[in-house]
Amino acid sequence: MSLPKEHDYIGLTEPSSMENSSSSIVSTESEKNTVLNLKETELRLGLPGSDFLEKKAGTGISLFGKDLKDEGNNGFSQIPLKNLVSGAKRVFSDAIDGSGKWDFPINGGSEVDLGNGGSENTNTLQSSLAGPSGKEIGNRNPRKPVEEKKNDNNSAAPASKAQVVGWPPIRSFRKNTLATNLSKNNDDEGKSGVGSLYVKVSMDGAPYLRKIDLKTYCSYKELSSALEKMFSCFTIGHCASHGLPGQEHLRENCLKDLLHGSEYVLTYEDKDGDWMLVGDVPWEMFTDSCKRLRIMKGSDATGLAPRLGMKYQSKEIMKPRKV
Amino acid sequence: MQTDPNPKKSKDSPSNSDSTESTQSASPFPDDVLGKVLSFLNSDKDRSSVSLVCKDWYNAERWTRTKLFIGNCYSVSPEIVATRFPKITSVTLKGKPRFSDFNLVPQNWGADVHYWLVMFAKVYPFLEELRLKRMTVSDESLEILATAFPGFRALSLMSCDGFSTDGLKSVATHCRNLTELDIQDTDIDDFNGGWLSCFPENFGSLEVLNFASLDSEVNFDALERLVSRCKSLRVLKVNKSITLDQLQRLLLRAPQLMELGTGSFQQELLPGQFGDLESAFSNCKNLRTLSGLWEVTSVYLPVLYAACTSLTFLNLSYAALRSVEFGNLIAYCPNLRRLWVLDTVEDKGLEAVGSSCPLLEELRVFPADPFDQQLHRGVTELGFVAVSRGCSKLHYVLYFCWQMTNAAVATIVQNCPNFTHFRLCIMNPGRPDYLTNEPMDEAFGAVVKTCTKLQRLSVSGLLTDLTFEYIGKHAKNLETLSVAFAGSSDLGMQCVLEGCPKLRKLEIRDCPFGNAALLSGLEKYEKMRSLWMSSCNVTITACQQLAREMPRLNVEVMKDKESDDSQADKVYVYRSVAGPRRDAPPFVLTL
Repeated sequence: MSLPKEHDYIGLTEPSSMENSSSSIVSTESEKNTVLNLKETELRLGLPGSDFLEKKAGTGISLFGKDLKDEGNNGFSQIPLKNLVSGAKRVFSDAIDGSGKWDFPINGGSEVDLGNGGSENTNTLQSSLAGPSGKEIGNRNPRKPVEEKKNDNNSAAPASKAQVVGWPPIRSFRKNTLATNLSKNNDDEGKSGVGSLYVKVSMDGAPYLRKIDLKTYCSYKELSSALEKMFSCFTIGHCASHGLPGQEHLRENCLKDLLHGSEYVLTYEDKDGDWMLVGDVPWEMFTDSCKRLRIMKGSDATGLAPRLGMKYQSKEIMKPRKV
Repeated sequence: MQTDPNPKKSKDSPSNSDSTESTQSASPFPDDVLGKVLSFLNSDKDRSSVSLVCKDWYNAERWTRTKLFIGNCYSVSPEIVATRFPKITSVTLKGKPRFSDFNLVPQNWGADVHYWLVMFAKVYPFLEELRLKRMTVSDESLEILATAFPGFRALSLMSCDGFSTDGLKSVATHCRNLTELDIQDTDIDDFNGGWLSCFPENFGSLEVLNFASLDSEVNFDALERLVSRCKSLRVLKVNKSITLDQLQRLLLRAPQLMELGTGSFQQELLPGQFGDLESAFSNCKNLRTLSGLWEVTSVYLPVLYAACTSLTFLNLSYAALRSVEFGNLIAYCPNLRRLWVLDTVEDKGLEAVGSSCPLLEELRVFPADPFDQQLHRGVTELGFVAVSRGCSKLHYVLYFCWQMTNAAVATIVQNCPNFTHFRLCIMNPGRPDYLTNEPMDEAFGAVVKTCTKLQRLSVSGLLTDLTFEYIGKHAKNLETLSVAFAGSSDLGMQCVLEGCPKLRKLEIRDCPFGNAALLSGLEKYEKMRSLWMSSCNVTITACQQLAREMPRLNVEVMKDKESDDSQADKVYVYRSVAGPRRDAPPFVLTL
C-alpha cells in the first residue's frame, strides 16, 4: 500500500516511515528528519499575506488536512466554513474580552472563508479581512484553506496555529497541566516550543551551566563563536598563563585556540542519548536532534575526533560520529 | 431523577396485580412490606418505573428513596424535590452542559448549588453524601454543607468551580464524620494548603482523600499524621507538591491503600531511598488503581513494577512516557482493565498494550500536545488496531489522533465488537481518511453496524450525512452522541433524531444543521435530557417556535457578540418540570 503524498495544512509531506510502526522509534525519527521538508518547517516572521499566499500557490494549505484544489469535484459537500468563522469570531471576541482562552494566531496569510451561509452573514470581521478570500472561496469549496485570521493588531506569534475554541476537546485542567509539563520537558530536552530551542550547555570544569537558544543561530560557525564568547570567562585561567590577562583580543584568540585545538571538544547529546561530535550533520539536522551541549576536555574525548575523521571519510555513510 | 410526563403503565400491567389507582384501596401488600421491598431498589430507572405503577407505589417509592440523582440540575427545582422525596441521604447533581469543559459556556452561566444546599439544610438534615459535577460551588455553600449536616460523610466535586481552599477549610474543620473528600479536575483558587491541617487531631474516619488537582503545598506532617490515623483509608491521591520520599513515608503508613495517586515522580533519590520506595510499593498488596506520576522520569518507573501485578486501573495520562519505558512498565501489568495514557507512548507503546494486557476493557489515549499542528506526533490508526488485536474485551475507547482510516476502524470493530463507548477524536477538524481521501463515513458506519451495544459515540473527521444515516439506522442503543465539524445538511441531524430511540444527550458544534433539523426533533427532546447546538445554522425564530410548541422544554440561547441578530449561536434545550430558570444571567435568553 503506497502512501499517497499528502500535504497537511502547512505543506509537510507525511514521511513514508509512518507505515513502519514496527521499526524502532529511533530510525523513524531520523527518517522523518530527512524526509521532512525543512524549509517548510522553518518558522519565519513575515508580513501578513506574504507567506501564506506563497504557500497557498504551492501546496494549498487546508485546515482540514487536504488540499482541496485536488478534490473540488469529489462531490461531497463540505463543512461550511462559516462555522469556522463563527468559531473564529468567538475567539476574536474572547480575545477582546480578555478571557484569555485562545491565542488566535497571526501570521502571514489571512484567508478567511466568508462562508456560504448566506446573505445574513453580515460578519463585521469581513471588513477587517484582507485579500483574495471573498472571491476565491465561494460556495463550492467551503473547505478552502482557512488557517489564520488577520488581526489588525499584529502580535508577535510566529507559529501558524489555527486554534478553534474548545478544540480539540480537552478539559482545561488537563490542558493547563500538560502545558506546564510540556514546557518543562522542552527545557530539558530542547524540543522546540514556539520558535525557540533552548538547550543546556555545560563545560567541563565550569561551575555552572548556560542555556542557549539554538534557533538564534543558523550555522555551526555562529554557534561556535557564541559559545566562545559565553565561556571565555572560564578559560581565563588558561589564557593567563599564555598571554597578558585582561586583553580581550588575546582572550578571544586563546579561546579559539582552546576550542579549535585539542584542548576542548564540542559535543552534543542527541535524541537517543548518545554523545556526538558537533559538526558532522547538516545544521538543521543538528538542531532537530540536539538535546544538550557539552564542551568536553579534549583529553576526555581521547583523540577520537581526528581518528574518526579518517575512518568515516567515506561519503556514502553520512552517519554522525559517536564520541 | 427521570421525569416522564407521560406515565405509561396502565392498570393492567403485570406488575400491578389487582390494586387499582385509588389511594384508599387495599393493596395486596401492606405499606411497610412494600416499602421494605422497594428499599432494595437502587437503580433510578427501576425506581422511576415503580413510581409510575400506581399511587400507592408512587408513595411507597418516594418514602423509600434515599439516593437522588439529578442529571440536569435545571430539570427540576429544589422545592419539587423536597416535596416529593422526604428521606434523601445522598444527592448527585450535574450542572453545566458538557461543552462547558471546553470553554464553550461563558462564566457565570449558572448551575450554582447554593439554593439546593439551602433547601437541603431545611429538608434533609440527615444528608450524608453530595456529589457534584460541573456545578458552581461557593465557599459559602461549602460552609453550609459543613455546618448544616451533622452526619455528613462524603463530598465529591468533579469539574466544579467557584470555591477556594477556604471552603475546604470549613469542610475539614466541621465535618466530624467525613469519610470521603474527592476533588477532581477542579480549577479553584488555591490560596494555600493550610486546609489540610484543619482536620482535627482526633479525626480519623477518612476512607477517600483526593486532592490531586490542587496545586499548593500541604503541610506534610499534618498529612502524614492524618494518614496514620485513618485506618480505613483506601483511596489517597496527593498533589504534585508531595515528593517521592514523602510518598514513601505515606505508603508506609497506609499499606492497605487500594487506590493511589502519587505526587511528583521527579526527584533526585539516593540509592537507599530508591530501595525504600521500591519496598514501600511492594508492600501495598491491595493496590488496584495507580495515577498521578506527574513528571515521572523513567529511572523511577521500576519502583512500581512490584505493585503493577495487581493493578486494574493505571492512569498515566499526566506522565509523558516514551514507548520503550512505557512498554517495560506495561509488561508488568497483566491484569489491567482500564488504561489511560498520553500519546507520547506512540503506536509502539500501544502495541505493547495489545500484547501485555489481554483483559483490557477501557483505553483512553490523550494528546500530549493537542495544538501541535506541525509535527503531528503521537499515535495513529496503527496503535488503535494493535490494541484491538490484543484486547478483545475492549469496550470503552477515547482516542485522540491526527489521522485515521476507514479500513482501520472497520478492523478495530471487527476485533472488538462489544464497544459501548466509542469516542474518536481526529484532531484536525474535518479530516478525511488519509489514505483514500474519502470521508470517514464508513468508519462510523462500521462502528454502529457492528457494535450493537453502543451507548456513547463521538465522531470526528470529514463526515457527510451518510454517517448520520448509519447512526440513525443502526445505533439503537445509543444514548449520547457528540458531533463536531461534521455533516452536510439538515438531513444528518434529522436521521439521528428520528432513528435513535434511546438518545438522551445530543451535543453538536460547528455543523451545517439548521432550523429544519432543530424542529424535526420537537417530539424527541422531551424524551431526552438535553440538546446542545453551537455554531450551527439555527436562527432565533426557530428556537422561539420550538419553545412555543413545547412548553415543557426550556430553550435557551446564547449569542456571540458580533453575530447577526437572527442567529442563535449557542442553543441549549432541555426538558424541565421546573419551568424556565430564574437564575439565568443576562447573556442567556430564555425563549
